[in-house]
Amino acid sequence: MTALVIRNLSVRLRKGPPLLRRVSLDLAPGEVRGLVGESGAGKSMIGKAVLGILPPSVEITGGEILLEGTDLLRLPPADRRRRIGASCALIPQDPLTALNPSHRIGPQITDRLVDILGWTRRNADARARELLAEVQIPDPDRVMRSYPHELSGGMRQRILIASAFAAEPRLIVADEPTTALDVTVQKQILKLIAGMQARHGTAILFVTHDLGVVSKVCQRLSVLYSGMVVEDARVADFFRAPRHPYSAALLAATPKYTDPTAGLNPVPDAVIEAVRAEVAAFDREVAHG
Amino acid sequence: MPILRILLLRLLTTVVTLAGVAVIVFFVIRVVPGNPIAMMLPPGATEADIARLSALYGLDKPLVTQFWIWVSGVLQGDFGTSISTRQPVLGLVLGRLPATLELSVMALVMAVVLGGAAALTGTRYRGGRTEGAIDVANGMALSVPDFLWGLILILLFGVLMPVFHISGRVTPSLDLPFSTNFYLFESLIRLRFDLWADIVAHMFMPALALAIPLAAIIGQLLKQSLKETMNLDYVTLARTKGYGETRVILREALRNAALPTLTLVGVQFTFLIGGTVIIERLFSYEGLGNMAIDAVINRDLPLIQGIVLLFAVIFTAVNLIVDLLYAVLNPRLRHA
Ligand SMILES: Nc1ncnc2c1ncn2[C@@H]1O[C@H](COP(=O)(O)OP(=O)(O)O)[C@@H](O)[C@H]1O
Ligand SMILES: [Mg+2]
Repeated sequence: MTALVIRNLSVRLRKGPPLLRRVSLDLAPGEVRGLVGESGAGKSMIGKAVLGILPPSVEITGGEILLEGTDLLRLPPADRRRRIGASCALIPQDPLTALNPSHRIGPQITDRLVDILGWTRRNADARARELLAEVQIPDPDRVMRSYPHELSGGMRQRILIASAFAAEPRLIVADEPTTALDVTVQKQILKLIAGMQARHGTAILFVTHDLGVVSKVCQRLSVLYSGMVVEDARVADFFRAPRHPYSAALLAATPKYTDPTAGLNPVPDAVIEAVRAEVAAFDREVAHG
Repeated sequence: MPILRILLLRLLTTVVTLAGVAVIVFFVIRVVPGNPIAMMLPPGATEADIARLSALYGLDKPLVTQFWIWVSGVLQGDFGTSISTRQPVLGLVLGRLPATLELSVMALVMAVVLGGAAALTGTRYRGGRTEGAIDVANGMALSVPDFLWGLILILLFGVLMPVFHISGRVTPSLDLPFSTNFYLFESLIRLRFDLWADIVAHMFMPALALAIPLAAIIGQLLKQSLKETMNLDYVTLARTKGYGETRVILREALRNAALPTLTLVGVQFTFLIGGTVIIERLFSYEGLGNMAIDAVINRDLPLIQGIVLLFAVIFTAVNLIVDLLYAVLNPRLRHA
């Protein structure tokens, strides 16, 4: 069974313009799918919709989000919450703001295990220690007793990764998990996530604006423009021959890892206009049909 | 470490503050017209009588000399003798202190409970009618000062529906087995719930009158702070773990949101203690504030000085407690 299927998901500002336009994508168990697009394209919005944390200012106007076959949008709110807590997790963008400054690290990793999944505190603590060791944190016992402000950004992101894997979720949403980090730390964290993913076999929806990252960790990707999926492809195929002119231009605009000076061409205006026209045509069709 | 530093710094500022208060109160009340000796003598007393009594209380000496006599006495624990009651000031003031402390703390507890409940409910149902109703109630509570709330309460629960006592601290005919003046506290310790109930029935309205404006301030501030905190990343992350709204508010947001509120509550609590002066008068509650008004009416200079100094000590202590609480609640300060 597929880990996640999103079908025709539409989200808009309450009584306002659409933010997601019939987005469809799917993830096989253990698969990593990249979600790329420029800032504001709606990448995070998709992740938030899946995790049930959309801001109150927006509403879902249609579509399905099937988590292992169950449509989350049809579940009563309390069931949906528990279901998401039990089988999904988030690796957030900014490790400096994603940990509660008033709580020690230990409980922030174990809380879900104890409160939602009913583990004993002792088992949960053992599990947390094991995971912290797995993300290469020295002296896990000391770290579990620490407060977030006592730890570096890289450490905190490792902790958040450990915490995301704690309950062996079927699906993790990683929302630009390296963007807020130092360049030197970025590579380590990326490697760490890839390693954890491989060992635990977790499906990951990997939000990023960096195609270089996609080429390293993803099997498939979706390219998003203005809340619309313009291309859904296997990563190998995409890098060989992108099908949509916008995603081709996006690829051309990405600096190559081998030669950072090459390929810094901004997306041409003509391409932008064409894709905008596509979006407008889509909106007209929705309005009439 | 920071806690020790806070204590030392506070000790230093306390000494300076108290010295300043001592100077100001001593000279200001002597500028105000009215002769305390003339007020305590029966009509028809001669100038000679007044002069003799003035000399007895040292009021004939130059101001600066009087000041030094008073200050050196205070430093040795002698706050002088009350002119109107002829008893040592320290004993009088300390005898009344527990009544005012109990009233203030009870009011504070009421304010925190009421304001906290309003803030939590408003946050839980934010954006809806419930929050609107809470905002309106807060606004009303804030636009009426404490003594007017006192009058309103007297009308409501003293006259129309007499469920509480409107005057005094305890029913005078009751036998009190207490060895301190902390009646409320001691009645609990001695398990004399009959007395406790009587004392609470006396304190309830004055405490509530003092509490209502502070409750509104706490309600508004804490709600604002909670709502901002609810949008932070770590709260969102907690939601993805499967927690419901109530649990997220209480466990993830409340503690962090309470920190900024705490400092302000400290300042507001000192205002509340100031408010006891009028409220105690209104409810004939035998505390420091009520005694202060009598002392002013009688131009009882040593007593006024003693009461004002004691209020200054209380204010400083409140600020110190708030600082310490802040340090304890905020892990960033505790370990820095
Ligand atoms: N809390 C919010 N309220 C209203 N609109 C929002 C909110 N967050 C994001 N948006 C809008 O939704 C669109 C998609 O945002 P987002 O998913 O965060 O983009 P991305 O992650 O691709 O950079 C943007 O146009 C943004 O302005
Ligand atoms: Mg984003």
